[in-house]
Amino acid sequence: MNTILVALRRDLLLAARRRSEVVTALFFFVVVVSLFPLGIGPEPAMLRRVGPGVLWVAALLATLLGLPRLFASDHADGTLEQMALSPRPFALLVAGKIAAHWLLCGLPLVLLAPLLGLQFDLTAPELQVLMLALLLGTPVLSLIGAIGAALTLGVRGGGTLLALLVLPLYVPTLIFGAGAVEATSAGLGSTAQLSILGALLAVAVFFAPWATTAALRIAIE
Amino acid sequence: MDRSLPSPMLSAHHLRCSRGDRTLFSGLGLSLAAGRWLQVGGANGAGKTTLLRTLVGLNPPDEGEVQWNGQPIRGSGREDFRRACLYLGHQAAVKDELTPVENLRQACAIDDQALDDAQAADALRRIGLRGRNHLPTRVLSAGQKRRVLLARLLVRPAMLWVLDEPFAALDTGAVELMGELIRAHLAQGGLAVLTSHQPAPLPAGERVSLDAEA
Repeated sequence: MNTILVALRRDLLLAARRRSEVVTALFFFVVVVSLFPLGIGPEPAMLRRVGPGVLWVAALLATLLGLPRLFASDHADGTLEQMALSPRPFALLVAGKIAAHWLLCGLPLVLLAPLLGLQFDLTAPELQVLMLALLLGTPVLSLIGAIGAALTLGVRGGGTLLALLVLPLYVPTLIFGAGAVEATSAGLGSTAQLSILGALLAVAVFFAPWATTAALRIAIE
Repeated sequence: MDRSLPSPMLSAHHLRCSRGDRTLFSGLGLSLAAGRWLQVGGANGAGKTTLLRTLVGLNPPDEGEVQWNGQPIRGSGREDFRRACLYLGHQAAVKDELTPVENLRQACAIDDQALDDAQAADALRRIGLRGRNHLPTRVLSAGQKRRVLLARLLVRPAMLWVLDEPFAALDTGAVELMGELIRAHLAQGGLAVLTSHQPAPLPAGERVSLDAEA
């Protein structure tokens, strides 16, 4: 646990020194989500229909924006090698870095979502479910994304490749995340979708740091 | 350090390493006793860095095995070896955004070693970076960044130092200082493996040359 905190604290300290990178992803999220009501037009029924999907797709893309940087600078300056040689378990250091990525790129999206949801005329219960679904879903995005980031480390044009690799893997999270809100609007209750998101999260927490570590070891060889 | 243990020894047997389809070296064996140092020689591209990375366990060898205290470093002896070994590579492993003190403290945190601000500042003063503790490392010169990295030698107790070009980018004063550090380390029974193109200000040590294989 201490090992995770060491890596987490380090990445948060670094992020505090280059705030612009964090803020860019957030602004991207806000701008993309706000473009839709402007483009589609102010028709509440239509906006309510597309709202959850738009918010989720924007969250996906905003998470993706920060991923190439997750390991790139540590790889370039040799810190990753030092981590791999540390007596601390490498997988836990990696888990700490992923946790930091979620705190910086995922959690702010969860907190901003209800505000942006108002643009789509979503009701209070729908906004609640949206937040809950994002709270369960965005860590999955960070965890799966980390595997992709590690696999494309050091590859030229890795950013595009990363998107191609990771976006298809985001599909289940997208379907159940947006589905949870839609089910609430239809009055069906969102327990099923939220449970599946929880299950996805449990599987990702267990496997993703391990898979990411394996990919990183190949990258630094 | 418990003196009743057998003296730590690094050994390698029948190492073969390749880059792509080119074999850099094969059948390489070496052993190093406490208080001794090993200079890895060879032309550019002969595989010096690869050998060092193999010795610390970053690159698995195609054949052969590296042992620490008779235990393979990639197997049962891994945890012991990682605590005993300090590898400083080509890259600075220094973050531009952080101050030298923060860099040193973060590096120690990753290595599971406690270090407070005063100890970090003291180490930086000894390595010759007095008064630059609160500047971001970005504004330091290449040689000064290198000193931030080398300050880890002062704060992290490790039996085995594996140093890739430790004298690169350093001025003559710093080269002399590094020589002193390594001599003191050897006198305390430590081991060192290093590559260097400059004559090192060190007592006679073992040598392995990779040129014959190239």
